[in-house]
Amino acid sequence: MKVYLDNNATTMVDPQVVEVMQPFFSEIYGNPNSLHKFGTASHPAISKAIDQMYKALNASESDDIIFTSCATESNNWVLKSIFSDYIVNGEKNHIITTEVEHPSVLATCRALENEGVKVTYLPVNSEGVVEPHVVRSFITDKTALVSVMWASNETGMIFPIKEIGEICKEKGVLFHSDGVQAVGKIPVDLQDVHVDFVSMSAHKFHGPKGVGALYIRNSQPLSPLLNGGEHMGGRRSGTLNVPYIVAMGKAIELATTDIEEKMASIRAKRDRLEDALLELSDTFVVGDREHRTPNTILISIRGVEGEGMLWDLNNGQIGASTGSACASEDLQANTVMLAIGADSELAHTGIRLSLSRFTTDSEIDYTIAHFKKAVARLRAISSSFAKVQPTLGGESKACELHH
Amino acid sequence: MAKNDLLGASLWDAYSNKVTTLMNNPKHQGEITEEEAAAHSNRLIVADFGAESCGDAVRLYWEVDPKTDVIVNSKFKSFGCGTAIASSDVMTELCIGKTVQEAVKITNIDVEFALRDNPDTPAVPPQKMHCSVMAYDVIKKAAGLYMGVDSESFEEEIIVCECARVSLKTLQEVIKLNDLTTIEQITDYTKAGGFCKSCIRPGGHEKREYYLVDILRDTRREMDEEKMRAAADAGAKGNFESMTLVQQIKAIDAQIDESVRQFLIMDGGDMEVIDVKSSDDYIDVYIRYLGACNGCASSATGTLYAIESTLKEKLSKKIRVLPI
Repeated sequence: MKVYLDNNATTMVDPQVVEVMQPFFSEIYGNPNSLHKFGTASHPAISKAIDQMYKALNASESDDIIFTSCATESNNWVLKSIFSDYIVNGEKNHIITTEVEHPSVLATCRALENEGVKVTYLPVNSEGVVEPHVVRSFITDKTALVSVMWASNETGMIFPIKEIGEICKEKGVLFHSDGVQAVGKIPVDLQDVHVDFVSMSAHKFHGPKGVGALYIRNSQPLSPLLNGGEHMGGRRSGTLNVPYIVAMGKAIELATTDIEEKMASIRAKRDRLEDALLELSDTFVVGDREHRTPNTILISIRGVEGEGMLWDLNNGQIGASTGSACASEDLQANTVMLAIGADSELAHTGIRLSLSRFTTDSEIDYTIAHFKKAVARLRAISSSFAKVQPTLGGESKACELHH
Repeated sequence: MAKNDLLGASLWDAYSNKVTTLMNNPKHQGEITEEEAAAHSNRLIVADFGAESCGDAVRLYWEVDPKTDVIVNSKFKSFGCGTAIASSDVMTELCIGKTVQEAVKITNIDVEFALRDNPDTPAVPPQKMHCSVMAYDVIKKAAGLYMGVDSESFEEEIIVCECARVSLKTLQEVIKLNDLTTIEQITDYTKAGGFCKSCIRPGGHEKREYYLVDILRDTRREMDEEKMRAAADAGAKGNFESMTLVQQIKAIDAQIDESVRQFLIMDGGDMEVIDVKSSDDYIDVYIRYLGACNGCASSATGTLYAIESTLKEKLSKKIRVLPI
């Protein structure tokens, strides 16, 4: 049996999504900006995709949802255009984000720091989330933007976006959220939550790779990242990626229709897996499961190094992920585990399992059995579980963690 | 960066079959107890290296015959990835049958070589080279315990890059001999910094005593100083073209004081040296006239010619004098 449990990295494209894309490669291939019928033939499908997006996110008609190539583009767009629109002119000089954002936010912020922007990277609490009062305490009259992820890719923990949104609204600060791990997994209601910009990506909810979107509240100004033809109302140039836009619309519709039922079904499997793995001694899971996306587990297994565990899972045809890598070039303890203040000895033992609506009960059974077998084998090899103690003087000096 | 780098390497696919096999079924995984060693009248040595908090840790067990110093049995325990486990396994295999004195000569490069399927293909991708370094370190530690000496005493030179075993002395020599200016060049010439990259600059996988960026900077500074000293020595011997800029300006000023300035002052004028710029063909001396010289008809003809010929004669034929 093959079991894919790395759905926070990417997902299988739903065959229903593949089906709606098909006509837009070799049948309806005109450029939607052309005047002729070849071009305009795609308009109904694109409008439908736009409708599907607005409905799924409960966006208002005065908002914009702009299709992009991916969430990395959306995140770059917001940060770089906030810089050019509000910081270059000297009006503002400060951006607030968190230590646990995706690299497309963190690396962009670091690049902006080189341009002279002050960036505050907020710490997370022991549950792995940023607390609203912490955000509030760092906002100044020079703050141009607050950027906080909606849910963590590593832990699945859902951030208090509604509360942070209220604070930003009250303080008159723009608020961006990287919604990649939330959209399609949990309800995202953009009329209930005050957020100015939301990034998202289709391939995280069973759409194809290569298409994402940026939500812009009230169609407010934000300089384009890509200049060119006047596509998407002049906000994002580049010939519309028709099949992928159609696909994203279908994918978000499928993911968000009856989302509570879908979540309950995934959560039941996730909880069963989590309970079974926690039967192992010396294990813990990061974050309260009620506040996590329903598909995610980040589990630490004492004495079992993350990459070694992935190897054994891979031998059993199970695909999972780890935030740490043993002895690699960028060997790092799991940054989120360190950020939540986990014992540094455990920071190299995190394994992330992320389910999808396609994960079956028999896959969960298989995973439980194989996972336990792998832990037993690796703990038998592990120095952490060795009984004979080192010769006097042969002990290891404590390692200095650097990350 | 080039075509082959566009798709990030598939780490595990780059492992040799030996690495894969030993990771899946390590042969010498396990422990040796005090009782077992005592039953054979042998001495048990147990050494740890690394720690879980670093991401990898290994414990090495040796059963040594005290009469011959031969390691008759060896086992290991490891917290680490596949290559760490496979490296530890091969390490114990290499130790068995050797004397402690022989074993201490086993390096990480021997361990990596023993993991190869064929001699020409590395057993692990570059960023995994470091896993075998732990094997080397833990052997030194075990040997130190057995012989009652500090494990550092086995190291004859300062190793900057452990993965490729490149010493500080080698690096300094190679930088100087080949006039290297970048880390990439150092890696091309010596392989140092080409594997786990810890030794390039602080903040990598492991904290190091020496970093390539510092060695490069210090060696370059030393080279500059040597060059300057050579120039100063040459200047002292009167070789104008080899002088440093400051020496050149001083020499020009001295010549002007000696042969030119008095005549300008007599006419109510003066001059000053503004700058000296050297190229392959010319040494351009920029001057400015002061007082009565400023605007004097002769300042662009006769006087200028006199200044230039004096400097040419006394200092260098390459000199041109340019009034501004």
